[in-house]
Amino acid sequence: MNNRPITEDDLHAYVDDVLEPERRAEVGSYLAGHPDVAKRVAGFADQRELLRATLAPIADEPLPPELNLSRIIEGQRRRSPPAWWAIAAMLLLSVGGFGGWIVRGSMEAAPGGLAALAQEAAYSYNVYAPDRLRPVEVRASDTAQLVQWISSRLNRPVKVPDLASSGYRLMGGRLVATQHGPAAMFMYDDDHGSRVVVLTRPMSSGDQNAPMTAQSNDGATGFTWADSGIGYSLVGKAPAETLRPVANEVRRQARAI
Amino acid sequence: MQDMLVQVEPLIPALRRYARALVRNRANADDLVQDCLERAVSRWHQRRDGSVRAWLFTILHNLAADQFRQASSRGRHVPIEEAGEGELRGAAAQEHRLMYHDVLDKLARLPEEQRAVLLLVAVEDLSYAEAAKVLNVPIGTVMSRLSRARERLQQELDGVAGAPGNVVTMRRLT
Repeated sequence: MNNRPITEDDLHAYVDDVLEPERRAEVGSYLAGHPDVAKRVAGFADQRELLRATLAPIADEPLPPELNLSRIIEGQRRRSPPAWWAIAAMLLLSVGGFGGWIVRGSMEAAPGGLAALAQEAAYSYNVYAPDRLRPVEVRASDTAQLVQWISSRLNRPVKVPDLASSGYRLMGGRLVATQHGPAAMFMYDDDHGSRVVVLTRPMSSGDQNAPMTAQSNDGATGFTWADSGIGYSLVGKAPAETLRPVANEVRRQARAI
Repeated sequence: MQDMLVQVEPLIPALRRYARALVRNRANADDLVQDCLERAVSRWHQRRDGSVRAWLFTILHNLAADQFRQASSRGRHVPIEEAGEGELRGAAAQEHRLMYHDVLDKLARLPEEQRAVLLLVAVEDLSYAEAAKVLNVPIGTVMSRLSRARERLQQELDGVAGAPGNVVTMRRLT
């Protein structure tokens, strides 16, 4: 009935019980007619059982604390590995191309400038920060992906600010649409679940460099500024005196690059 | 994050078992597993589709292989005996303990590459294709190593079978 010769591989697959039922039957009847081979195969099967029985208790031992996966995950989240989501700031930019005209004026008079960015940041905060299900599109655990994605959409290398020293942990981020093109939004929370967002995008018009200004939009407090053509806005519900040092930290990191 | 917990956590005992069978010393083995988990967490997003199990064993195996390489290039003696095995009590446990050391001694006489294949396939239930992936060799190499590993281990086991009492003597010699 069967013409396929039995191979060594078949014998091992027989021992490991990974043969198709039909082939298994063929090997079985071959072994029935070859007691010497059958003895060898039985020996392999015995040693397989011996190994499994000998080593099984190791897998039953309680896990030591250092192998607690939740703690390892938490540990990495807190540590903010310096390699890529780096020490520092957000946009490493090779300026150029965004020269354009510079408007220096009050925020009200420059709808494309700082005021617009502050407004966009407040919108993003109001929409995403209260979201319990999916506040961010890409989580902090996937920061490398987030950075790659945001960088490619903003056409420049982006780095995520590390606010751990201010007590805020990165939750993740997303791309948001603004009237002035794509912007990167990063969200953070502190130990009490209080959230802040940082919105950043190139200043396509107006306010290429602007000092930090405070504003209150739709019940949220924000600090907004621009450095070398890149605008930043940090928004949260915490008191202004709490948020200002955090904004200063973001600015410090961005300038430190 | 949650899917990582759900997919990785149940595999930790098997990773420990593999590491322990490879390097024997409990503390060293758990250090390897811890390194493996740290890497798995930080590289979770980089993994390709396919078996998480094979992916984790690949990380662990590479870490163990690095350690072997370093140990042999330094000519350093890797402590083989378990220190804190004191939890095992009673006659049955005592017997298992002897068997454990005896089997691991014999396993340790296999070349590292054969031992790895045998453990991955016969104990950890990886498919031949998964074992090939973990060890980064063609599947034909997995099969030939598996065959040699089983022949070799059988010789070791048969050697003892003919001489009762040898188990303990051999333990003292190592």
